[in-house]
Amino acid sequence: MPEDITAELESEELVPPAEPKAAHQPLDKAIESQADLSAEINAIGEAYQRALKDGGQPETQPRLDYAPYRSSILRHPTKSLQHADPETIELYSPAFGHQDVHALESDLTIQHNGEPLGERIIVSGKVLDGDGRPVAGQLVEIWQANSSGRYIHKRDQHPAPIDPNFTGIGRCITGPDGSYRFTTIKPGAYPWKNHLNAWRPAHIHFSLFGTEFTQRIITQMYFPGDQLFPLDPIYQTIVDQDARDRLVATYDHSLTEPEWALGYNWDIVLTGPKRTWTENEAYGDAGDEE
Amino acid sequence: MSTKLVPTPGQTVGPFYGYALPFEKDNELLAPGSPGSIRLQGTVYDGAGHTIPDAILEIWQPDAEGNIVQRTGSLVRDGYTFTGWGRGAVGNSGVFTFTTVNPGPTKPGAAPFISVALFARGLTNRLFTRIYLPEDTEALANDPLLSSLDPERRRTLIGRRDPDGGLTWDIRLQGEGETVFLDFQ
Repeated sequence: MPEDITAELESEELVPPAEPKAAHQPLDKAIESQADLSAEINAIGEAYQRALKDGGQPETQPRLDYAPYRSSILRHPTKSLQHADPETIELYSPAFGHQDVHALESDLTIQHNGEPLGERIIVSGKVLDGDGRPVAGQLVEIWQANSSGRYIHKRDQHPAPIDPNFTGIGRCITGPDGSYRFTTIKPGAYPWKNHLNAWRPAHIHFSLFGTEFTQRIITQMYFPGDQLFPLDPIYQTIVDQDARDRLVATYDHSLTEPEWALGYNWDIVLTGPKRTWTENEAYGDAGDEE
Repeated sequence: MSTKLVPTPGQTVGPFYGYALPFEKDNELLAPGSPGSIRLQGTVYDGAGHTIPDAILEIWQPDAEGNIVQRTGSLVRDGYTFTGWGRGAVGNSGVFTFTTVNPGPTKPGAAPFISVALFARGLTNRLFTRIYLPEDTEALANDPLLSSLDPERRRTLIGRRDPDGGLTWDIRLQGEGETVFLDFQ
């Protein structure tokens, strides 16, 4: 977590505020259109629907091989994953505690001298394992664009303003009931160069650990009703609608705080577990030296 | 038998993790140069044989005696506590490095290995794999996973010992010499 955002913003790691016009350089003329990509996305979706109708099993994870997400073409394994029974170290997870994460790191709106711009939100939920048990005392990390859809990252060339009061990084340790809670700003959609006029739906990146290393996952949380869902090759790497829905938070008025912030609920279910579960892990205090 | 909940899908780590996931000494499971430390290094390649500049790895391993460590403090390292876990992003040339120890066998006769989770832009979900130490050939021959693989593929999971005592182990996401990636479900 950068302690001094001013220094961080001035370091050469980060781009200066965008020049408004550098902005709208049209991309290569031969570049593919959204219509091209949508046709591919829809063809894969229809093939999946047919397979389901023919008795195929619903898919629950993204496809590694999903050509509409162009960067995946040379980056997916072509051989099937090798089944392995997790052994020893894989049946345990690294331990994190309050030594690792300060309580204030869960509030992304107080990391600087001023208030970030945008719609203040609370994102809260639980991390559960496949048996519905809470994953207690574990690390949750998030990162996101600011309200105008700009990441503080040197490779983000989107000419939307950087917000000097918003870095977009948060961490927390889950409570005994597996709960997490972040206060942040609703991220904006942002353009990327998968194809011409490609826009990512607003999302927050989530990084999660379970009680076993095999449960490790990085994913993205989306906001309900986003019109970009059908157009986005990354969201669509998950071909099953029920599975996609598991990445979409629910607006929750009971989490909304009066005169302060809108609330969203999102629970995360990890795979497994495979190891025989022990009683004291329910309290998440193993190794926590606070 | 209880009903299992359906797991939440993964998504790509994307291109912009670089200001969020790395942290100070993230790839130093112990201080470089300390007794028993080794360098673990490798390069990540795509299906065209090009190096990938935007991948990030995590390793998780037992200590040199084969103990599974359950100590906090990975994110704020005190320089003394070995937590067994580290994170390392590749540089522009696709190379990652860690300072760690050779893992010990977690039970007598077991082949020692380091568990790896790999994330990258363009990789739609994390991949798991293992880095085995090359020395104990008998243990390697008896390892349940390795013995289920043909020799060409098995080689992708075994690190090479460097002259300085370090380990080199490359990742090939696709194509010739494609690394074996694991499914635990």
